[in-house]
Amino acid sequence: MKDEVTREERLDNLKGMGCSRKRVEDARFTQGKGNYVDDIKLDGMLFGDFVRTPYAHARIKNIDTSAAMQVPGVLAVLTAADLEPLGLHWMPTLAGDKQMVLADGKVLFQGQEVAFVVAEDRYAAADGIEAVEVDYEDLPVIVDPFESLQSDVVLREDLVAEDGSIPDGAHGPRTHPNHIFTWEAGDKQTTEEVLANAEIVAEESMYYHRTHPCPLETCGCVASMDKVNGKLTLWGTFQAPHAIRTVVSLISGIEEHNIRVISPDIGGGFGNKVGAYPGYVCSVVASIVTGKPVKWIEDRMDNLISTAFARDYWMKGRISATKEGKITGLHCHVTADHGGFDACADPTKFPAGFMNICTGSYDIPTAYLEVDGVYTNKAPGGVSYRCSFRVTEAVYFIERMIEVLAIKLNMDAAELRRVNFIRKEQFPYKAALGWEYDSGDYHTAWDKALKTVDYDGLRAEQAQRIEDFKAGKTRKLMGIGLSFFTEIVGAGPVKNCDILGLGMFDSCEIRIHPTGSAIARLGTISQGQGHATTFAQILASEIGLPADSITIEEGDTDTAPYGLGTYGSRSTPVAGAATAMAGRKIRAKAQMIAAYLLEVHDNDVEFDVDRFVVKGAPERFKTMKEVAFAAYNQAIPGIEPGLEAVSYYDPPNMTYPFGAYVCVMDIDVDTGVPDIRRFYALDDCGTRINPMIIEGQVHGGLTEALAVALGQEIAYDDMGNVKTGTLMDFFLPTAWEVPNYETDYTVTPSPHHPIGAKGVGESPHVGGVPCFSNAVQDAFRAFGNTHTNMPHDHWRIWKTANELGLHG
Amino acid sequence: MSKKMHIKLKVNGKDEEFLAEPRELLIYTLRERLNITGPHIGCDTSHCGACTVTINGKSVKSCTMFVAQADGGDITTIEGIGGPDDLHPLQEAFKEHHGLQCGFCTPGMITRAAKLLEENPNPTEEEIRFGMAGNICRCTGYQNIVKSIQAAAAEMNAAKEAAE
Repeated sequence: MKDEVTREERLDNLKGMGCSRKRVEDARFTQGKGNYVDDIKLDGMLFGDFVRTPYAHARIKNIDTSAAMQVPGVLAVLTAADLEPLGLHWMPTLAGDKQMVLADGKVLFQGQEVAFVVAEDRYAAADGIEAVEVDYEDLPVIVDPFESLQSDVVLREDLVAEDGSIPDGAHGPRTHPNHIFTWEAGDKQTTEEVLANAEIVAEESMYYHRTHPCPLETCGCVASMDKVNGKLTLWGTFQAPHAIRTVVSLISGIEEHNIRVISPDIGGGFGNKVGAYPGYVCSVVASIVTGKPVKWIEDRMDNLISTAFARDYWMKGRISATKEGKITGLHCHVTADHGGFDACADPTKFPAGFMNICTGSYDIPTAYLEVDGVYTNKAPGGVSYRCSFRVTEAVYFIERMIEVLAIKLNMDAAELRRVNFIRKEQFPYKAALGWEYDSGDYHTAWDKALKTVDYDGLRAEQAQRIEDFKAGKTRKLMGIGLSFFTEIVGAGPVKNCDILGLGMFDSCEIRIHPTGSAIARLGTISQGQGHATTFAQILASEIGLPADSITIEEGDTDTAPYGLGTYGSRSTPVAGAATAMAGRKIRAKAQMIAAYLLEVHDNDVEFDVDRFVVKGAPERFKTMKEVAFAAYNQAIPGIEPGLEAVSYYDPPNMTYPFGAYVCVMDIDVDTGVPDIRRFYALDDCGTRINPMIIEGQVHGGLTEALAVALGQEIAYDDMGNVKTGTLMDFFLPTAWEVPNYETDYTVTPSPHHPIGAKGVGESPHVGGVPCFSNAVQDAFRAFGNTHTNMPHDHWRIWKTANELGLHG
Repeated sequence: MSKKMHIKLKVNGKDEEFLAEPRELLIYTLRERLNITGPHIGCDTSHCGACTVTINGKSVKSCTMFVAQADGGDITTIEGIGGPDDLHPLQEAFKEHHGLQCGFCTPGMITRAAKLLEENPNPTEEEIRFGMAGNICRCTGYQNIVKSIQAAAAEMNAAKEAAE
């Protein structure tokens, strides 16, 4: 057989790793043919919605549902009293706490679910909600975690023993009825000694405000109990469909094989759709009670006030250094506001997530971290909003501490970073707080970034601007924001990462069809990341079939292998690895088949792009397509028919993507309006699977970072009222507020990942938030600013200028 | 519940006639009564634009318009903009330039962009950003949406020139 096609053409034909393959998902989305959960319509489907409390802390004296039951179209109203006989009035949280499904005697935050009205349509449900009468007796409200730890007001009576003693929580001893846990990492005593004897110590307190992932599609589900067959089907906006199936089975008692969970298209997640919410439980119960499918869909206000907040960390830092700027120690204490229930979505052993990555990208010999979790009258959540578990908080903390230290040392902040970076030859690097960084080349990335933006030129321009400002020639200051981040993603090794006891491996199952196309199913679920495009590229490179001939399917627990889902940038590091490994199993079997067909020994053939070639005789080969057909149509001695493989991948370590960002901003001191002149983002996510998608992820992550740094927050008043419950007040940037970004990269492959990939979806958010914030703070550095808290909205920036006396 | 009203609409070229409560929002008419699920619901308050449709030649957020207000109207949704056999240049450009990720905002985004290019066939980047500011995207950071709209505009203008 003569081969007319060049090797280069064969490679192009695969559309494998490294090419900017166009997305296969886009045809349906651009034509309005996506299938999101609210698009699901079933015969006789009912609609459920919640009565929510307007009070942040109140006792419920009575719930009268009789008038609601008279409303036309209303079929049922569920309260905690109805769920109690089923043991479903409370449910376990991901953090080892429990949470009320429906208010059981009291409410702990504004918007908490009190009753579930089930009706023929959403209008009837809304009418029913209006007719439910709840008699509240208000209680003192606590929205400040420091006040909470001093208060006599007990928020969670269920967590105090009858004799008044405080039983241990899921994460050890508690010191106060409103205290959840103390978690520590590092060496406390040595750190204190280093700080006490240091030449220079810089201190700062900072508040990383509460915000919300706010995907454009809110959370929701459709539950359908088929009483004839005893099967429950649950469609929903689930970032972890298998985990949801296990949770539903555990709390409902329905055997797991009788539950099918389906995540259809998901309209963005960003962490919001990891946890289990009362709406899911109530929909399932309502479907069982009524025998009909029940849909529950949050409206935007429900979403912002009741599900999955992020951040809310009060961080206090001390950092020590020599006079030359070599960092010697770091101390961090966090008071973490977890709201009324501890529903943080973290691996079980990490109640503060991976906050212990807070030594950042720096070679800090000694460090100590202590986190205290606290109950308040705010919504539960504590999810990782476009970041791996609390890494955004950690990176914000260290990147601010570096700036504060630079001020104390009167040193350039870029240079301070450079002299403290972990050096290339130190990897794998064991950090003071326990992690082993797999790989990095920080100096190369930093130098490339600073050179590209002409850092020295920017500083010179800034110095001139300051003079001009002082001379009254301009009212605009210039800020240069720097950040260098190291992420920790790909949770994670089963030995230390689990959620509800489920190890955080992931999976891929591949079936090759006889004619040389394939389907692969994974335990993850795309929410916009383009898995159907990129996982096919990984496989194309591994097995030599074109990506266009490979279907990727996720999100149906009846067909997909068990996996822990998509969040914390774990899809590529974990499921991507499983995909490569399953592909290699396919290739190993295919090699035996090819050798048989070519009548040579297994070891005498080698894989080349899309075929197996006899070593030293490239004209003798069998393509993967030919091998696939042979696998189904020939009896091959000693080899089972078919060509399938499955891999469950338990990663040996996390992956550690990193990056160098620079933001240049002009700030009008009279209006407080920042104008982002330039944003340069260099990301190193290891092996790059699809550059187009990586760039898209970076643009999106940076924009979410801009939002958080410059205005987005979930704010409460003293009564526990949410002040930012609609998009009028909750800042989501539009095209008008967002700049164009410059993207760049270096490639430092992960040494332990089968294809060297590290994950990228969350890096730009993690690195972006401190970069935007540092730019604002840097603009005012020359006028005495050390630190101001985010979000830097126009008013707060104006206030900073005012407090520094810049308004004359 | 109040008295139902007799409503007539033309949706994507098809006549529709039905009785609806005056409080029924147009987005629910489209999505639940007429099974046109391209327009989505993202905020309920006119901020996000996921529900954008064109009514009588104007971009409208269908989540905050009663169907009674749209009575007699001529409505185009993403389904009427282009399908598998007659893709609109915007639909091709959004795919080509990675102008979407989760896809939830996309129908409203393209519906609005189509109207924008009708009103202004040669928009500057600034005009695109301003003209699209009623549509929120949480995934893309807009850079590739702007690029997609610019590419579609160029494509449409070239096609128009070729036809002339």
